[in-house]
Amino acid sequence: MSEAKLMKGNEALAEAAIRAGADAYFGYPITPQSEVLEYLSREAYQRTGMIILQAESEIASINMVYGAAGTGKKVMTSSSSPGISLMQEGISYIACAELPCLIVNVNRGGPGLGTIQPAQGDYFQSVKGGGHGDYHLIVLAPSTVQEMADFVKLSFELAFKYRNPVMILTDGALGQMMEKVKLFPQQPREDIIQGWETIGKPEDRPSNVITSLHIQPDKMEEINLHLQKKYREIEKNEIRVEKINCDDADYIITGYGLVARICQKAAELARDKGYKVGVVRPITLFPFPYQTYFELADKVKGILDVEMNAGQMVEDVRLAVNGKIPIEFHGRMGGIVPTPEEILEALEKKIIGGAE
Amino acid sequence: MNEKALIEEDHYENTNLRDNTIVVDENIVYQVPKTLKDADFHYCPGCAHSVVHRLIAEVIEEMDIQSETIGIAPVGCAVFAYNYLDVDMTEAAHGRASAVATGIKRVLPDKYVFSYQGDGDLAAIGTGETIHTCNRGENILIVFINNGIYGMTGGQMAPTTLVGMKSTTSPMGRDAITMGNPLKITELVAELPGTYYVTRQAVYKPNLVRRTKKAIRKGFELQKDKKGTCFIEVVANCPSNWKMTPIESNHWLEDNMIPFYPLGDIKTPDGRAK
Ligand SMILES: Cc1ncc(C[n+]2csc(CCOP(=O)(O)OP(=O)(O)O)c2C)c(N)n1
Ligand code: SF4
Ligand SMILES: [Mg+2]
Repeated sequence: MSEAKLMKGNEALAEAAIRAGADAYFGYPITPQSEVLEYLSREAYQRTGMIILQAESEIASINMVYGAAGTGKKVMTSSSSPGISLMQEGISYIACAELPCLIVNVNRGGPGLGTIQPAQGDYFQSVKGGGHGDYHLIVLAPSTVQEMADFVKLSFELAFKYRNPVMILTDGALGQMMEKVKLFPQQPREDIIQGWETIGKPEDRPSNVITSLHIQPDKMEEINLHLQKKYREIEKNEIRVEKINCDDADYIITGYGLVARICQKAAELARDKGYKVGVVRPITLFPFPYQTYFELADKVKGILDVEMNAGQMVEDVRLAVNGKIPIEFHGRMGGIVPTPEEILEALEKKIIGGAE
Repeated sequence: MNEKALIEEDHYENTNLRDNTIVVDENIVYQVPKTLKDADFHYCPGCAHSVVHRLIAEVIEEMDIQSETIGIAPVGCAVFAYNYLDVDMTEAAHGRASAVATGIKRVLPDKYVFSYQGDGDLAAIGTGETIHTCNRGENILIVFINNGIYGMTGGQMAPTTLVGMKSTTSPMGRDAITMGNPLKITELVAELPGTYYVTRQAVYKPNLVRRTKKAIRKGFELQKDKKGTCFIEVVANCPSNWKMTPIESNHWLEDNMIPFYPLGDIKTPDGRAK
């Protein structure tokens, strides 16, 4: 059924969007993710009728997504860090109005205009809300080009299941690198009408309104409580995490996305040196696999958290183990990708050395 | 005897007022449109927003397009437009209504889509979206309520505030040198190839109300052509923040706003642009 192809991460993601039966994409160019818009502009409309529109800004893009998502269509956008910052107001509206959609962030180095090289500095912004108010996106962190493709389909499923915006949080390296991908077959574009959409009001139903405005405090609190209930439900059902060689491990290295693969290599090097090291890779960053770390804390002596930022996910790992074991951090910033060797060195120095 | 008098005479002969039989279908010449919800407007007395809401509702009813229409409410005094207009509606972020409308119209190209926006919304924070929506020629209707002020937030200066006009943030009157000149965004969008029908109307007199209604109807009807954006400015009053009675505000509007924002079509599909 599925063919294996050598593809760039961004292109695999774009191809997956077409195959997932997405109805529309609104976006604005920014490195390192412009290939998504370029790829879709080349072939999406011709193949499935998927609407592709280059907007005048990320602010316009996300508001086009808001409008189109409100009609119940499968809608998406993609950008990179500065562009995602611009979208935050719109994302907050979408979260409150409970509209399904996909937002892809191909994270680059910041703050500010930063660099076009890969980074993970947008972890907080992605998993803790990002815009104003109390809300969460469902955040998926692919670590291979294969997952860049597969998670598009998964994102739309989750977005519609929970009427919640989903973010694929990836980085410039995964977006740009080429790997073999097995693509899932073309799915039809189909209307899934659930009843809340603004598509024109038939005589026999009251008008549908998509809004995030609830001026009465009790009503606004009710909306918030409803959202929080939904997030708890998502936490119950949707945690995805990969544990690699953790059963006999004395030490854990943890990281998400591309970094998780480098951690795996570092763990192999560590095992060659005789240390029993496992890797934990959160696949969903929201909901976060707190329980996995909590349970491991009874079995291992310490965890090294590795990120391409100044230490963001590490706060959640610390929260998870609640002081039971030492958690140390190793990070690179500004677009620098850590090597397996430096991770091993950090593990030996900060965790193994510290624990013995 | 004229027709009206005949009808009245007929009434008195054939109806019993005490039974309230005067209110029968054949007598009704004017009533609340079906496309308005049974809710009291929150607008201040005499405010143009109410009149324009009603006109939109009447047009949707007369064209029988309630089931095919999707509206976008702004952030501004009209933020609750969806509480009154009985059509599916989306409430946009401040200034982004035309981008939201674009998103809807692109995936539902055969529906009637309109945005309803104030001057702060459309011509300050949303200028970028307004210009690019019009420049792309999105097949939507934009209804633009220009009251020269930020009504909802309590009367601050708007991009359209006249030079010399007082607001809470131009308490001595707008000074063009430090605060910039009022923006005639309607003339500006008329220059763009994407606009199809651009007009400026007002609702402070009955004949103008009728004209505005015609313009709104045209704005909806022309969407069928799929030839570009229809843009209707309504020069409006804000009695509360202008600190005037409704009547005073209408006089002030006529004497001050209209000379700067002259009424009439600026661009029409048949090319009879002014
Ligand atoms: C991003 C953002 N900035 C500012 C505001 C505050 N705000 C609400 S309405 C408004 C001005 C509305 O004025 P206008 O568009 O002219 O509408 P009117 O009330 O006059 O009809 C402002 C500044 C907001 N809601 N969102
Ligand atoms: S504040 Fe002004 S624009 Fe708002 S409802 Fe009152 S009169 Fe109308
Ligand atoms: Mg105004």
